[in-house]
Amino acid sequence: MTLIKETDYGTPESASANMVTLTIDGKSVTVPEGTSIMRAAMEAGTEIPKLCATDSIKAFGSCRLCVIEVEGRNGTPASCTTPVAPGISVKTQTPRLAAIRRGVMELYISDHPLDCLTCAANGDCELQDMAGAVGLRDVRYGYDGANHVFARNEGEANFNWKPKDESNPYFTYDPSKCIVCNRCVRACEEVQGTFALTISGRGFDSRVSPGMDEAFMESECVSCGACVQACPTATLTEKSVIEIGQPEHSAVTTCAYCGVGCTFKAEMRGEELVRMVPWKDGKANHGHSCIKGRFAYGYAHHGDRVLDPMIRESIDQPWRVVSWDEALTFAADRLNAVQAKYGKGSVGAITSSRCSNEETYLVQKLVRAGFGNNNVDTCARVCHSPTGYGLNQAFGTSAGTQDFDSVDDADVVLVIGANPTDAHPVFGSRMKKRLREGAKLIVIDPRRIDLVRSPHIKADYHLPLKPGTNVAMVTALAHVIVKEGLVNEAFVRERCDWDEFQAWADFVSLDRNSPEALESVIGVKAEDIRGAARLYATGGNGAIYYGLGVTEHSQGSTTVMGIANLAMATGNLGRRGVGVNPLRGQNNVQGSCDMGSFPHELPGYQHISGEAARAAFEADWGVKLDPEPGLRIPNMFDAAVEGRFKGLYLQGEDILQSDPDTRHVSAALANMEIVIVQDLFLVESAHYAHVFLPGCSFLEKDGTFTNAERRIQRIRKVMSPKNGFGDWEITQKLANKLGMGWSYTHPSEIMDEIARLTPSFRNVSYAMLDDIGSVQWPCNDASPDGMPIMHISGFARGKGKFVITEYVPTDEKVGPRFPLLLTTGRILSQYNVGAQTRRTENSQWHPEDVLEIHPHDAEDRGLIEGDWVKVASRAGETTLRVQITDRVAPGVVYTTFHHPLCNTNVVTTDNSDWATNCPEYKVTAVQISKSNGPTEFQEKYRELSERARRVASTIDAAE
Amino acid sequence: MSHDSVEKLVKMANQIGAFFGVQKIGAAAGMAEHLRKFWAPHMREAISEHVSHGGAGLDPIAIEAIKILQAERAKGAA
Repeated sequence: MTLIKETDYGTPESASANMVTLTIDGKSVTVPEGTSIMRAAMEAGTEIPKLCATDSIKAFGSCRLCVIEVEGRNGTPASCTTPVAPGISVKTQTPRLAAIRRGVMELYISDHPLDCLTCAANGDCELQDMAGAVGLRDVRYGYDGANHVFARNEGEANFNWKPKDESNPYFTYDPSKCIVCNRCVRACEEVQGTFALTISGRGFDSRVSPGMDEAFMESECVSCGACVQACPTATLTEKSVIEIGQPEHSAVTTCAYCGVGCTFKAEMRGEELVRMVPWKDGKANHGHSCIKGRFAYGYAHHGDRVLDPMIRESIDQPWRVVSWDEALTFAADRLNAVQAKYGKGSVGAITSSRCSNEETYLVQKLVRAGFGNNNVDTCARVCHSPTGYGLNQAFGTSAGTQDFDSVDDADVVLVIGANPTDAHPVFGSRMKKRLREGAKLIVIDPRRIDLVRSPHIKADYHLPLKPGTNVAMVTALAHVIVKEGLVNEAFVRERCDWDEFQAWADFVSLDRNSPEALESVIGVKAEDIRGAARLYATGGNGAIYYGLGVTEHSQGSTTVMGIANLAMATGNLGRRGVGVNPLRGQNNVQGSCDMGSFPHELPGYQHISGEAARAAFEADWGVKLDPEPGLRIPNMFDAAVEGRFKGLYLQGEDILQSDPDTRHVSAALANMEIVIVQDLFLVESAHYAHVFLPGCSFLEKDGTFTNAERRIQRIRKVMSPKNGFGDWEITQKLANKLGMGWSYTHPSEIMDEIARLTPSFRNVSYAMLDDIGSVQWPCNDASPDGMPIMHISGFARGKGKFVITEYVPTDEKVGPRFPLLLTTGRILSQYNVGAQTRRTENSQWHPEDVLEIHPHDAEDRGLIEGDWVKVASRAGETTLRVQITDRVAPGVVYTTFHHPLCNTNVVTTDNSDWATNCPEYKVTAVQISKSNGPTEFQEKYRELSERARRVASTIDAAE
Repeated sequence: MSHDSVEKLVKMANQIGAFFGVQKIGAAAGMAEHLRKFWAPHMREAISEHVSHGGAGLDPIAIEAIKILQAERAKGAA
């Protein structure tokens, strides 16, 4: 393996279809109109020297190193800012050009430290490369004059010199090495869209300045790494490179955080990971990254990671480290004993959306073929199960309709219940780029998320609805579209069931569904709802992006179908720039659903009651399958509390922290006789486990993830599993202890089986993915290259289905005892339950969960910033510190759930979506009052955590 | 089955009924199919037994749907 080096074409690609032919150094070159001469030359294989140009950002023309001569034109224009023209003849190297370049380099080097041998960028420095390329041999100016290099000049303090900024835990800023090429500033603006960096001063005083000349950590910087990647020198450098040195080989792999599915080059030195650099050819991220994927991988070698299997007879005992064989035998014996005693249906498993397709596939296979029931579910239950249900009802497929690139053609972006700049940052940057180009924006969210107002972006409408009123909002929007004659009737007549459409149109037209009638329910002015509806229906290509603010409600599935209704009624489906786009929470939520992790569905969304689908699996697996749906996660808990469900295999899923109503989950887990946790750490759920099987990180195994755009991408093993085995191997070992006789030797063989049994994956193989990089399912003979945009000529189910979306208020209502509505969400630097990000330096950005409260509500309660408060609901209580902000409306409070000791889910209730039992995380009626510190529950929980994590010393075990 | 869990199933069934009840086309049949496709057999049996005992707390649409399931089962058994 070698180090993957991508070609830098210097300026971005031109999208023009008109081709232009010119001559460069005597060679004829044909490129799209609008291409720079620099890029045209590179495409023809000629690299023109450059420093301020890189192809992720627009041409700038400041370094003057890329000058060229054009026959018949005066002067020496910069090739980065000069577009190609038909028939011109360009020379990239003449004595005049060489002299100019050498002169430019001489000036640069006269104000640059000459410590190349000890510099972290040694071997990866464009300044060094360019000095070589232009043949710089001498610096006539010397180094004695004014400079930015030395702290002192001849004993006197040098006020042009600035110390290194090491405040960011992941990279350093060394101003003495800066050549002021502006690449970092432009990357922050154009690629990331944060505008945290600028150039202060003029001429010789020009300096890169985070915020108002602040340290990086104090500035608006979100630590996405785009500036570090763009920097041609050692000015901005990863601390890991400073510590380890330059990498020597790399492999392309996929990030294991959110559903965007960014691809990275894992750059290695031996088995040591030097850094993760976003891959330019990655179709989901196009070379961009966020703080999590780029930097927060240190958890993989954190001291908390458990590398040896452990068991215990009962959960009040300390853990005992044992061999793999002993742990697996213990687990299998217990599972067998439980099934013998309580029946076949008394055990089940939960697959993880953090694990690969191949691994989740194996767990559901183990349940269906080994346990002999369908009690398998996945964490998508608690996030996007309403998406699966709702979109399947409306269109016939349980997935988003577009690829991410589609946003480039959107004219109106409607974001509902999603916070892309925090939860899907790389796609958020992409969306912001389109918004800066002029697309309109509607945000429907109780909270003023960053997207509503950020540099160079302002939502045309922000509709801060009351939590729990999504269906009323969606129906009110539909009312306006129908009553004001904004329906795309041609589309509806051609593509949808007309009778169902008419029934729906009659329903939404009712006066009680008008914005005026619903104004007081929703809490948003009718005029704003009308304006937003008109904009979405008439503003050109309308694209809807939604997240868990839609799904995690008692009417989550209804809202998903209501969103589908809006898109169908306005004809916003089946082409680029439109669509219904669920933003998936975890890296492999889409994949775990695709792989048959739901209790009612075999891989590829084939219902378990279908004779033909079942027959195919029965023939392949050589077992009889149960045709009845199994238990969903909340049903498992209920059955456990009743004593009918006694054994659970948890694949990398921390239900105790992530699922609502912690007390109910604890009671369920405590009632079980065998809980097997397979994870990197002793996670919260492991407090109730009898067997701990150490899992491995995405860097240590092969596999595939499927992102929110249905894109199947490889993860590649770049180091040996620290625990000894890939997770797929562990599941196989457990299955074989239960007599399954599996013999997979590589995950590719599992994918071959998936392809064989799943019509929408029929043509997928590792060889294909290695060849083309990634593919969006369906990928079969009907669409051999996959399908970026779905439903182009018709819906998968035939006619699109309109359903009536009656608003039913949730049972969770405010009243005198619980007068505020609590809603929950994520923050950029932390990820879900935080098992990974809390074990990295990301915690410097977000050390604890805080409660956001409006100044009015705070004043009523006598609260000031940073006060400890008790948050009490019908389900339980916890304490947090408050942050006073008008991002939330009066009557609404908000928090995140990244830290286990904050116990956010103690207060969330067991209300759930009617169709899928997806929990209603987003609405909990609470009261807030001053507090002195942790609640009794939190204290007890802390004690339990300490007690449950005890591991017996080896001497104890021998006694 | 404990009182608590029947109560939970009644609540869930009424929630499902609230959606299907307002559909103009195939309301009860739609709900019956939903229960068949997504509820584990034990849950369907428990709610069916509750209906046989009068179905206290269940909305009419839910009772109608569960009766469709009961009829199907009787037919299957016959």
